[in-house]
Amino acid sequence: MNSEWSWEIFSDAFPFIVKGVGVTFGLTVASFLFALIFGFVWLFLRRFPFKTISWVFTWIMEFIRSTPPLVQLFFLYFGWPSVPYVGATLSPITCAIVGLGLHFSTYISEVYRSGIDSVDNGQWEAARALNFSTPQKWTKIILPQALPPMVPMLGNYLIIMFKEIPLAATIGTVGMLRLAQDYGDQHWAYLEPLTIVALLFLVLSYPSSLLIRWLEKKLNHKFDKKHASASL
Amino acid sequence: MIEPIVQFHDVHKSFGNVDVLKGINLDIKPAEKIALIGPSGSGKTTVIRMLMTLEEPTSGQIIVEGENLWQMQKGNKLVRANEKHLRSVRGEIGMVFQHFNLFPHMTILENCMTAPIQVRKQDKETAKQNSIEMLKKVGLGDKLDNYPSQLSGGQKQRVAMARALVMKPKIMLFDEVTSALDPELVGEVLEVIRDIAHEGEMAMVLVTHEMDFALDVADRVIFLDEGVIAEDGKPEEILQHSNNERLQSFLHRFRNMS
Amino acid sequence: MDNITEIIPILLKGLKITIIVLIGSAILSYLIAFISGLCSLSNNVILRKFTGFYIEIFRGTSLIVQLFWLYYALPILFKIDLGSDLLAGIIAIALNYGAYMSEVVRGSILSVSKGQTEAGIALNMTRAQRMRLIILPQAVRMMLPEFGNYLIQMLKATSLVSLIGLSDMLYYGNLYRSTHIAQASTVYLLILIAYFILALPLIWLVRKMESFSKKGVASE
Repeated sequence: MNSEWSWEIFSDAFPFIVKGVGVTFGLTVASFLFALIFGFVWLFLRRFPFKTISWVFTWIMEFIRSTPPLVQLFFLYFGWPSVPYVGATLSPITCAIVGLGLHFSTYISEVYRSGIDSVDNGQWEAARALNFSTPQKWTKIILPQALPPMVPMLGNYLIIMFKEIPLAATIGTVGMLRLAQDYGDQHWAYLEPLTIVALLFLVLSYPSSLLIRWLEKKLNHKFDKKHASASL
Repeated sequence: MIEPIVQFHDVHKSFGNVDVLKGINLDIKPAEKIALIGPSGSGKTTVIRMLMTLEEPTSGQIIVEGENLWQMQKGNKLVRANEKHLRSVRGEIGMVFQHFNLFPHMTILENCMTAPIQVRKQDKETAKQNSIEMLKKVGLGDKLDNYPSQLSGGQKQRVAMARALVMKPKIMLFDEVTSALDPELVGEVLEVIRDIAHEGEMAMVLVTHEMDFALDVADRVIFLDEGVIAEDGKPEEILQHSNNERLQSFLHRFRNMS
Repeated sequence: MDNITEIIPILLKGLKITIIVLIGSAILSYLIAFISGLCSLSNNVILRKFTGFYIEIFRGTSLIVQLFWLYYALPILFKIDLGSDLLAGIIAIALNYGAYMSEVVRGSILSVSKGQTEAGIALNMTRAQRMRLIILPQAVRMMLPEFGNYLIQMLKATSLVSLIGLSDMLYYGNLYRSTHIAQASTVYLLILIAYFILALPLIWLVRKMESFSKKGVASE
C-alpha cells in the first residue's frame, strides 16, 4: 500500500467514485419518503384507542429507534429470507430503503408528535364544536398548522439520513462508499478514495445544512425545548 | 467641599442608531441618597448600568473614587479599560436588579456567601456569619436553607439586597426593584431599603416609580428626560413645587395611577 | 429458533468490546464536547474558527466514513499509528458525537439567563468564576437530557466497529451467520434485543434527567 498521498490516485479515483452520487441521493430520497410516510403510521398506532395495542406499538417503535440501524440492515438482508411465512429475499436497495426508512420513521414520528402538540388546544375544541369528522379535523385544521414549523426539523433528518446511507454499502448497495472501497480493493489504495467520499459528503451536505438553518431562522420557530431532545 | 464619590462627565450612550443618553453630567457625594425618575426610555436604567459596568458609554467619562472607570492609563495613553481594571474599580459598587437574578441552584445562604468567599477571599466561616447576619436583617433568618424558587417575589428581592450588602459596597444601585413585584409585596422591600438608607453609610441611587417613597428616603431627586438631566434638586422642590411642564405631566400620570 | 441457546453465548463474547467501546467513546466525547463548546464561546478568534471547522467537518460527514478514514487513512497520512483498532473506533465515535454535543454545550451555556451573568458582574466576580459557579452549574443541568440521548446514539454506533474488525457482538453474529445462514434472522434479532436491553436503563435515565433539568435553572 502506498504510504504517501498521491494526487494521481486522487484524480483517477474521483470520476469513479462520483458516479455513486446518484445512487446515494436516490436512496436518500427514497428512504426519506418511506420514513415520512411511516412516521404517520407510528403516530396513529400510538394514538390507537385500544390501550394494549398502542402500548405494544409504542414499544416496537422504541425498539426500532434504540437499536443499531446497521444490525437492522443485516437482519433484513441476511435474515428476512428465512423468516417464517413472510420471508423473502430482498435486494440491497430494498433493504436500504425499508431498513433505514423504518429506523428513521421513528424519529420523524416524534417530530410529527411535537408539531401536533404545539397546535393550540383551542383548535381541537373548535373542530369539535364545528362538528368536523376526524379525517376532516386532521386534514383541514390540525395538520396545516402543525406541518410548517416542522419543516426545518424534517430537513435536518433528510441530511442525517443522507449521511447514514453509506451503512447500506455493507450489504452491497453501490453508492459512493462502496465504490471507494471497490477502488481501494482494486488499486490497493484506500486513503484517497475515502478522502474523496468524505469531501463529497461535506460538499453535498454543508450547503443543505446552511439552508436548513436559514429556514429555521426565517420561520422563527415556535418550537419548545422539549422537542430538541427527540432529535439525533 | 466633599469629594464626589462618583462623577459623570458628559456621558453619551447610543444603542445602534438610537441616542439614549445625550450628555449626562452628574456628581454623587458619599452616602448621598438619590432617586432617579423619568419616563421609560429616558435612559435612567442605562445610567446606573454604565456605572455597574454592564453597559459601556459611547463617549464621556465615569469617575469612581477618583479612578476613571472605563478607561485606564497605558504608558502615556488613555485606553479602554481591560477586565482587570474594571474589576479593581467596581468592587465598591453593588446592584439590585428588577428581576432579582438570584442563583437558582444555590440556597439563599449560599447566594450571599459565594461572592465574599470567591471575590473578597474571605474564609467560609466569616462569610457564613456575615451572610446569616445580613439575611436576618432583611427578615429572612429562618429561610437560610431555602432555594429561591421557594420564596415569594418580595422575599427574593430582600435576599438580592442582602447578597449585595454583604459585599459592603460604597455605592448601591437599585434598578426599579419593586416594579416586578405584586403590590402587596412592595412594602416589605421598601422597608428594607428605608433601613439601609437610615444607616447612612452608602451612597444609593434608586431608579424608581415610587414617588412617595422617593420623597421620604432621598436627599435628592433627579428627573431624567429624553436623555438629559432635566431637573435636579431636593425631593420637595422637584416632586411638589416644580415648574417644569414635562415633569408635572409625568408626575401627574403617576399620581393618578397610585 | 432452536439454536438460541447456542447463539447467545457466542454473541455474549462480543459484549465486552461493545461495552468498552461505549464507555471509552462516551467519556472521550463528553470531554471533547465541553472543551469544544467552551472554545466556541471563547474571545479568541482563532480558537473559535478552529473549533468551528472541527464541528462542521465531523457533523457534515458520516460516522462510517470517518471510521474508515481514521482506520485506513490516518496511519498513512499523518504517520500516526493509533496502536490499536480499538482506539480508532473509540476516537472516531468520540470525535463524531463530540461535535454534535459541542453544540449542545454551547447552546445550554448561551441559554442561561443574561441576568445571571449580570448578577455575577455586580458581585465583581471574574469571568472564570462566573462560568464555574453560576453559568456552568445551570448549563450542565440543561445539557443532561441531550447528553443522555447522545449516549444512546453512541451505543448504537458501537455496532460499526465490527466493520473494522473489532470483535463486538455484531462481529460474532456475522461470523455465526456466515456458517449458519438459515439462522440469520434469529442471530440478528438476538443482537437487536441485546442492544435494546442495554439501551433500556439509558432511556429511563434520559426521562429522569428531563424532569431534573427543569429545576434549578434560570433560562431565557
